[in-house]
Amino acid sequence: MIYREAGQFKTTYAGDQAIFPILQDRVFVGLVALAAFVAVPLLANEYWLQAILIPFLIYALAAIGLNLLTGYAGLLSLGTGGFMAVGAYSAFKLATAFPWLNVILVFVLAGVCAAGVGLLFGIPSLRIKGFYLAVATLAAQFFLIWLFNKVGWFVNYAPSGTATAPPRTMLGVMVTGPQATAPVRYLVALGLVVLFALVAKNLVRGRIGRSWMAIRDRDIAAEIIGVRPLRTKLLAFAISSFYCGVAGAELLFLYLGSVETLAFDINLSFLILFMVIIGGLGSILGSFLGAAFIVLVPIFLTNVPNWIGLDMRTDTQKHLELMIFGGLIIFFLIVEPHGLARLWQITKEKLRLWPFPH
Amino acid sequence: MTEASGPLLSVEDISVRFGALMALSRVSVEVHRREILAIIGPNGAGKTTLLNVVSGFYHPYEGRIRFEGRDRTSLKPPDVAELGIARTFQNVALFRGMSVLDNIMTGRLLKMGGHFLLDAVWYGPARRQELAHRAAVERIIDFLEIQAIRKTPAGRLPYGLQKRVELARALAAEPKLLLLDEPMAGMNVEEKEDMCRFILDVNSEFGTTIALIEHDMGVVMDISDRVVVLDYGRKIADGPPEQVRKDQAVLDAYLGVAHD
Amino acid sequence: MIEFLRSLVLPFADMVSSPTFFVEVLVGGIAAGLMYSLVALGFVLIFKASGVFNFAQGVMVLFAALTLVGLMERGMPVPVALALTVAVMIALAFAIERVVLRPLVNQEHIILFMATIGLNFFLEGLGEQLWGSNVKRLDIGIPDESFSVAGVLLNKLELSAALTAAVLVTVLAVFFQRTRIGRALRAVADDHEAALSIGIPLKTIWVIVWSVAGIVAIAAGVMWGAKSGVQFSLSLVALKALPVLILGGFESVPGAIVGGLIIGVGEKVAEVYWGPLVGGAIENWFAYVLALAFLLFRPQGLFGERIIERV
Ligand SMILES: Nc1ncnc2c1ncn2[C@@H]1O[C@H](COP(=O)(O)OP(=O)(O)O)[C@@H](O)[C@H]1O
Ligand SMILES: [Mg+2]
Repeated sequence: MIYREAGQFKTTYAGDQAIFPILQDRVFVGLVALAAFVAVPLLANEYWLQAILIPFLIYALAAIGLNLLTGYAGLLSLGTGGFMAVGAYSAFKLATAFPWLNVILVFVLAGVCAAGVGLLFGIPSLRIKGFYLAVATLAAQFFLIWLFNKVGWFVNYAPSGTATAPPRTMLGVMVTGPQATAPVRYLVALGLVVLFALVAKNLVRGRIGRSWMAIRDRDIAAEIIGVRPLRTKLLAFAISSFYCGVAGAELLFLYLGSVETLAFDINLSFLILFMVIIGGLGSILGSFLGAAFIVLVPIFLTNVPNWIGLDMRTDTQKHLELMIFGGLIIFFLIVEPHGLARLWQITKEKLRLWPFPH
Repeated sequence: MTEASGPLLSVEDISVRFGALMALSRVSVEVHRREILAIIGPNGAGKTTLLNVVSGFYHPYEGRIRFEGRDRTSLKPPDVAELGIARTFQNVALFRGMSVLDNIMTGRLLKMGGHFLLDAVWYGPARRQELAHRAAVERIIDFLEIQAIRKTPAGRLPYGLQKRVELARALAAEPKLLLLDEPMAGMNVEEKEDMCRFILDVNSEFGTTIALIEHDMGVVMDISDRVVVLDYGRKIADGPPEQVRKDQAVLDAYLGVAHD
Repeated sequence: MIEFLRSLVLPFADMVSSPTFFVEVLVGGIAAGLMYSLVALGFVLIFKASGVFNFAQGVMVLFAALTLVGLMERGMPVPVALALTVAVMIALAFAIERVVLRPLVNQEHIILFMATIGLNFFLEGLGEQLWGSNVKRLDIGIPDESFSVAGVLLNKLELSAALTAAVLVTVLAVFFQRTRIGRALRAVADDHEAALSIGIPLKTIWVIVWSVAGIVAIAAGVMWGAKSGVQFSLSLVALKALPVLILGGFESVPGAIVGGLIIGVGEKVAEVYWGPLVGGAIENWFAYVLALAFLLFRPQGLFGERIIERV
């Protein structure tokens, strides 16, 4: 009888429309935030931050972006990697061309560049739907990667063909580059993902989210109500690509430090799509859960043989990992096609009834 | 003031063709302000097609459509919605993944505006607008007596309630003209009575003009001010219910044919 | 600017001035196109009969080729190895139906699509675990040599691959249009209940189409493998077949064939004549852009009928 709505009548529509209408949820979220912003940077070691938490936060941001497009607006995209690459390379160009520019601003502008490119590749969505659109977005994926590979300008003609994040400070602290410490990079990634998750939540619970979902659920009825498909779909593409672009920029500046186009290949697109689907289509929380799942499973699979003292050849281990990963995804889709977010919701509903189930 | 005195909607000599099939041939219908017009006819007569043309979903290859006196023949659906025409569908077309509340809120989309960056921060005008429209939607929810299902996903509702929610969504737009495609199909007697009451109330309380397609002759006779009869894409009768009921062409074409 | 425009137009002059080379390019394009058609057909078969967008088709090609080579390396004669590979692919179809499709029946298409990506990972791991991940040569007894006809250089291996593909494509098309079971399969695509009334259970149909797709994968794997060795990159061939699909339509057998030819030829010609202009390696994306441009003008694809949506 700890978790329940009872007695918390919403007397105003404002209260009812809040992101976390239930007190217990607010307390829980507050505690998680406290832990994430204070405890983790103090306690977590380098490995945890660098190998798990930073990629988790960045992927979660990209997953939110793709979820806006696929989960909310119902437009299936396989071009996420390409849009993230746009973010990474434009951030690199911006940061090197204007060294005085604040990094956060660089990220945001990189997102804007990605949004522009996303807009362009979103145009076909007006005339083609479903898997046809998915295949069409592969055009973005392959073309963009090819472009960044071919045109030396994007990496400032570095002979290695890699883009390397330049060292930049913020408030006197090193944020990017080799000298930036993991806790600092973690905090920047955390701040951005929290901010943008809130923005995404605001968008989807209001007018814009409703027009996206209307197009997703019944496009003809939506049009007859007054939803303009072109504007609505393009906005979804632009905003989604913005998120992916920022995530791509972070991937370079806060996580990898230097990248080649390979980092953004089609496998990245699939990975993000998995996060969205396993987390739950049309759920912001699900994007976080899905990202956690996809980041943790391979780490788990790599370490299990060590823990149980099994000695495997590395290629055997790599193959087994692939098989288990693929198998797990299928298993998961069979067990809960609506994703982790739905599991979470069901658990909450059970909690609400506990200890008096009926 | 010629505009205000003429019919709200006039469909003039329109024809619609699907391949070789003439779904509508030279049909003219007028809808007058504040009336309830019933459109009847056997299955496949072209009734839904007529509504589709009016909502801009199909375009006639000949003929004209005027709304409030102005030519509206070639508009797209969202433009038609902006004129103040809302509708429901024969096979319920709710947004199944959205809650009832969100479905109805979507009906008010055209009344909402502002920059998306303000929506993004949920602040100031964006927030006030959201709350104001929520209040308006709650009034419709009360009016149609669907308070209990506010937060239920539309796809999980039983059929009769889905039809009611669809009506709510159309009403949310506060339309001048409301088009209802078989609003009572598949309902039991009790649900039909409720629906009739709602339609009459909408018409009398909000002054909304209504054009509806219906198969149940009892209902048609009860609630409509005027009846238009279609058969094989042609209009075969047009007049007050009691007159249409006695019309020989109608008796032959429609009432003689078994209908569902 | 003028210079640039000139360089865009110049290739046309090249085509005219050296027609035999142009024909060689065309033949190469057709040969590649038929191979794309073959992979695309695997997709179409499965999509038509089960609505599943099978992303694992490419890995099935790799898996089939790996199995075949693996068996041959263990000293089996080609026919036996081939027969065994067919058996393996059919067994795989049964397993997929039982483990993946049946539990997911009636789920949304995107869920099934994701499941096939999972399958993609699984088969990649399994294939390489069973048969090793190093590049393998596949020798099917046709030399990789060229001969010339009327001044046009033709490659024996490419030509026989193209012929085989042409034969297979025809056989499949006839199978679908003319045989009872083929028609039944098409019926499932249109209407599941209709198919049930013919008296063929859905799961049998699924096993059949996945088996046929598996056999098509063997053919594609043998041909691509003989050309460029059996290795991981084989599974990427499937990615090249996707633009063929949006061009030809996911459900159209003739669409897959003609679409494959258009993409194959278009890509080769663009690569040879215009590729150098932009630094080459455009074959990764050119097909997609071509298909996209086409779709903007004809969204229903090559053979799709324009349907007017109903409400
Ligand atoms: N989109 C379409 N494509 C082809 N034929 C259509 C389409 N919409 C309606 N029709 C045909 O037009 C005729 C009239 O249909 P409809 O207007 O739905 O009749 P009803 O009076 O029963 O509502 C029917 O024969 C129907 O099959
Ligand atoms: Mg109808």
